[in-house]
Amino acid sequence: MCQIRLEKIQKRFGDNPILADIDLTVEEGEFCVFIGPSGCGKSTLLRLIAGLDDPSAGDIHIDGVRVNELAPAKRDVAMVFQSYALYPHMTVYDNMAFGLRHLKLAKDEIDRRVRAAADSLHLAALLDRKPGALSGGQRQRVAIGRAIVRQPKVFLFDEPLSNLDASLRVKTRVEIARLHRALGKASMVYVTHDQVEAMTLADKIVLLKPLAGQHGVPSIAQVGHPLELYHQPRNRFVAGFIGSPSMNFIDATVLNANEAGLACSAGGVPLTAAADAAGLARDSTVTLGIRPEHVSVGSGRLVGRISHLEHLGEHSYAYLETPLSATPLVVKLSERQATIGDTLPFSLPAQRLHVFDGAGDALPRLAHQDLTPAATAAI
Amino acid sequence: MKRLEWTDIAYWLAVPPVLGFALFPFVYAVSSSFKLGNALFSSDFWPRVWSAANYAAVFAEQPFGQNLLNSVLVAGGVVLASLGVSLLAAYALGRVSFRGRGVLMMTILGVSMFPQVAILSGLFELVSALGLYDSLWALVLSDLIFTLPFTVWVLVTFMRELPKELEEAALMDGAGVLTVIFRIFLPLLWPAVAATSLLAFIAAWNEFLFALTFTLSSEQRTVPVAIALISGASSYELPWGNIMAASVIVTLPLIALVLVFQRHIVSGLTAGAVKG
Repeated sequence: MCQIRLEKIQKRFGDNPILADIDLTVEEGEFCVFIGPSGCGKSTLLRLIAGLDDPSAGDIHIDGVRVNELAPAKRDVAMVFQSYALYPHMTVYDNMAFGLRHLKLAKDEIDRRVRAAADSLHLAALLDRKPGALSGGQRQRVAIGRAIVRQPKVFLFDEPLSNLDASLRVKTRVEIARLHRALGKASMVYVTHDQVEAMTLADKIVLLKPLAGQHGVPSIAQVGHPLELYHQPRNRFVAGFIGSPSMNFIDATVLNANEAGLACSAGGVPLTAAADAAGLARDSTVTLGIRPEHVSVGSGRLVGRISHLEHLGEHSYAYLETPLSATPLVVKLSERQATIGDTLPFSLPAQRLHVFDGAGDALPRLAHQDLTPAATAAI
Repeated sequence: MKRLEWTDIAYWLAVPPVLGFALFPFVYAVSSSFKLGNALFSSDFWPRVWSAANYAAVFAEQPFGQNLLNSVLVAGGVVLASLGVSLLAAYALGRVSFRGRGVLMMTILGVSMFPQVAILSGLFELVSALGLYDSLWALVLSDLIFTLPFTVWVLVTFMRELPKELEEAALMDGAGVLTVIFRIFLPLLWPAVAATSLLAFIAAWNEFLFALTFTLSSEQRTVPVAIALISGASSYELPWGNIMAASVIVTLPLIALVLVFQRHIVSGLTAGAVKG
């Protein structure tokens, strides 16, 4: 059963469109992540669901009830804010109990819920402290605790990890994933700009695109399982946004195109791609895309000169100057076998190449072997 | 040892004149209040014979205890009324955006620009029409005219600084507007509230013109008026000793208040609300 249903949501500030044409469902127990570059309206969309902002048009349903006119507290949702927004003059206990007292719950029920949440979040020893005496990670856990005690149908997270340092972020990410499993039926909607968070946490990623003042363009670039967005990006924006370092893009001219494949030429080098290219005219321009980790390095008929190296420990990224395009081709090296100035043979496997037409839309790929069964089922 | 900088020297040279200028009138009042009879007109700074007779006389010759109580009631009432009104107004003006907000803020400020004398006769009509003449309520009402613009402006400024997420978190928790103002914001605004209440209290405590105009009987007077109307045995004699004693008595509560509140006026209470 679906927990949240958004229908034709629009949001404008003045005449400036922020969100357009959003149709989306979040199922019961699903972990849905809103991601996108800054200014895409992902936090605004979360605030619309929370009831802190009103949509300019469209309907929001939570658990089958239209909630457009309902106050935030009546929607059975709980929100964790980016800045935590703890009440600084109240103890940790009172911070968590504050919302429950407004629900007119019995005192011992409030106490039971607060202590249970505090135990599960390792806050039991801190209940009498004020937020000012807590570390960033502890404050974050109090903010999560304040949401848990309400036992809502939907949890909303607004970039909850962005104020934590890197190691704490990974730890808290794991805790949130564990929390989601433990809560079972509650859905979670999570806003982030960090694609590692999105890839690791999400059952469903909603990638939003900034409208930048344009009218008549939908906000959602693609919705799907993380691996679906990774392997089957619907357009160039999605392909470039998902994956780090991002996908290499190479402009090419069509030599021959049909439903079995594409032959094209980039910088005078002939290339083939396994995509359904039926309908592409000869001599038209396409963009090829390949991820750094998918370039086959060490052998091949192409050669590039290493202009820059980034060592990340277990692997490195090399920036190759190639005849294919003016921008360097980023490739992943599994061992630290190269130095700057070396030449490196490589090839671009046809099954790994993504093809985008002149409008930036992806052509259907012929090889699906990268997809996991779960992702295939999701398509 | 730290070398003495010229700024240190300048600082310590500047301290005595400033202290002397600020404290001399009060010290002189204290000293005079303990002098008796003709000693008041001698050139001694400290009295040769210390006597509390003036203090006893102040309470004996007029209902000064009642006057003090009146002042406490008026000043306290003004503080409570201005805080109640200005907290609500500050929430509306500081955190709700509506058309004409700027104009409204300026109007509120404009009210405080009129000299008291200019509005005195109009206000007198109002007070009479409300049947408040010769009542402490008349003073509470009229004192609000100059305390409210100030308290509203200060609280609006502080209210704007509070993080928006705090209010939204409270909304998500099911709190209404009044809960947000009094349970969430008020504790955080405490330093600002303490400072503005103190200043409003002092203003109302010292207010003279309205208190003189709107009261008639000596039982309804507040202390500034009572002191001004202290008279001697004949119209040619001003009982300076009594006046000085009364002045010291009305100043002491203010000094006590400032000392108590300055310990409470600590900023940084909002630390921990948001990461910072």
